Amino acid sequence: MTILRRTLLATAAAATALGLAGGAMAQDKTKVGFVYVGPVGDGGWTHEHDMGRKAVEAEFGDKVETVYVENVAEGPDAERVMTQMALNGADLIFTTSFGFMDPTINVAKKFPDVKFEHATGYKRADNVSTYSARFYEGRAVQGVIAGHMTESNIVGYIGSFPIPEVIRGINSAYIHAKKVNPDVQFKIVWAYTWFDPAKEADAAKVLIEQGADVILQHTDSTAPHAAAAEKGGVITFGQASDMAEYAPSPRVSSIIDNWAPYYIARTKAVMDGTWASMDTWDGIGPGMVGIGEITDTVPAEVKEEAMALKESIASGEYHPFTGPLKKQDGSDWLAEGETADDGTLAGMNFYVEGIEGDIPQ
Amino acid sequence: MDLSQINPVLLIASLMVAATPILLAAIGELVVERAGVLNLGVEGMMITGAICGFAVAVESGSPLFGFVAAAVGGAVLSLLFVLLTQVALANQVASGLALTLFGLGLSSLLGQGYVGLKPPPTPRLDIPVLSDLPVVGPILFSHDPVLYFGIVVVAATWALLKFTRAGLILRAVGENHDAAHALGYKVVRIRVLAILFGGACAGLGGAYISLIRVPQWTEGMTAGVGWIALALVVFASWKPWRVLLGAYLFGGLTVLQLNLQAAGVAIPVEYLAMSPYVITIVVLVILSADKSRAPAALGRVFHATR
Repeated sequence: MTILRRTLLATAAAATALGLAGGAMAQDKTKVGFVYVGPVGDGGWTHEHDMGRKAVEAEFGDKVETVYVENVAEGPDAERVMTQMALNGADLIFTTSFGFMDPTINVAKKFPDVKFEHATGYKRADNVSTYSARFYEGRAVQGVIAGHMTESNIVGYIGSFPIPEVIRGINSAYIHAKKVNPDVQFKIVWAYTWFDPAKEADAAKVLIEQGADVILQHTDSTAPHAAAAEKGGVITFGQASDMAEYAPSPRVSSIIDNWAPYYIARTKAVMDGTWASMDTWDGIGPGMVGIGEITDTVPAEVKEEAMALKESIASGEYHPFTGPLKKQDGSDWLAEGETADDGTLAGMNFYVEGIEGDIPQ
Repeated sequence: MDLSQINPVLLIASLMVAATPILLAAIGELVVERAGVLNLGVEGMMITGAICGFAVAVESGSPLFGFVAAAVGGAVLSLLFVLLTQVALANQVASGLALTLFGLGLSSLLGQGYVGLKPPPTPRLDIPVLSDLPVVGPILFSHDPVLYFGIVVVAATWALLKFTRAGLILRAVGENHDAAHALGYKVVRIRVLAILFGGACAGLGGAYISLIRVPQWTEGMTAGVGWIALALVVFASWKPWRVLLGAYLFGGLTVLQLNLQAAGVAIPVEYLAMSPYVITIVVLVILSADKSRAPAALGRVFHATR
């Protein structure tokens, strides 16, 4: 069910007018709200969160009611949307973009009885949990494929915002591409948007014009695939969603976010009254990060190597950030055999040695 | 940093592509505003044109039909604005905003079955000899027809407004609708035609994004281009050639800043990212230092009995 912000405002007013009576009736069902940064039809990030929402509905049927608001701008607008959801009787609210972090914390203070779940952030409170997926594990697999597949040795990377989540992905992909191809070079373009198909397509075209024959993206739409398909001779990777409509080429594999089990578990916890504030950060092993089918455009031995890496990450045998690794400025980061701790990863604000360019501050 | 990685010919060719959606939407809005109507629904008409064009192009297999459908779709949506502002005499600002919201919703509804499809490719101009010329060929002679159409529309609008009687009447309606009415001109009819033209142009601009620039359908894919087109009309002081300049400047800087980023230029990315907005505004504000001003009747409601 789509709820426009406008309707939400009107119904919020009505709910307030009904007062306690309405509140008591709302108790029968657990109401779960979702705040999305893009449209549910983006084919990427928001699409997968909405799949999670649908899974919650399928799991609990009549016992839950879910609502969502799409295309919510990061900033004050987000705070308004969350406030209206809480006033509307939501018991649990998932806010699914990094930029919703401060608004979530602010609104959570005003509604101590409502549980909040913020994706990809690091600020928590008694009624605010955070959750994220270890996308960098999937980036390692992409890096191996990218390193093998590039003939120009130039890999283009479309970044959204220079936040730790995106920087981790760049570092992880670079480390593993470099391992299999010492000559590889990364060209990074910051789009400063999560979702703007025209701009994402422009960024992909620019990277291709400057010699890139592999495009990695950390933005939400499928536009870079369309641009790559038009130019030809370029491979791409699905981001957040499988983006299989562009397989077998240009899309050769993908990182798939699987939020459904988490959303179901957290909704259940609210129903049982066992919900507690916590931080969840799961990867390939627990199934929060999936690797989309590697198509036959990729040679069999490369595919095998990538799958082997995926397995060793899933089993916990291998960590994508394993020393020896140096930072971009040449200073030591991890010694031989040492692995990065979650604290450093969560706040990562540096490139590893070999990546050119500066991170915008 | 290695500027030699940027190919200036490809850069200019791609800036023309990036500028065309803004150009088409802005030139349509310019005509609407010169007729004294402020239609803030450009974004809504663009996105509606984007999906109408995409759907028809996919179903028929012809990009040409797609663009025609996009123009029709944009114009039909603008009929709603006509109904509200010219018949019911509603507030133009509120009606325009409503049109944008409605267009965004309508387009995502229409687009349900079209996510992930590939549209038929729009053929590019391929003139023997001319298209193969170095430098000039890729810049001037190897684009899609719609890009040239955009430039032709700008030239035609300029000529119409400046040299023809129809243009004079249109401007008269925009400057003082009561006087135009007293002279016997059909104010409402002229405005309706202007609004329909604006809707058709916005629709074409939207379809240019979904059929050529990206090319695919994604909900909300115009992502604010309509608002930039609106701003451009004001900063271009309602003059057609300045709209062209502004659109090319904006499109050019958008592409250039991505190129500079990819080439690793040592300018902070934040400045690069904001440069299209800042530089376009500064240049057009400097240009508009002459005595150009808004059409006097812009946004005012016309009622014949008053």
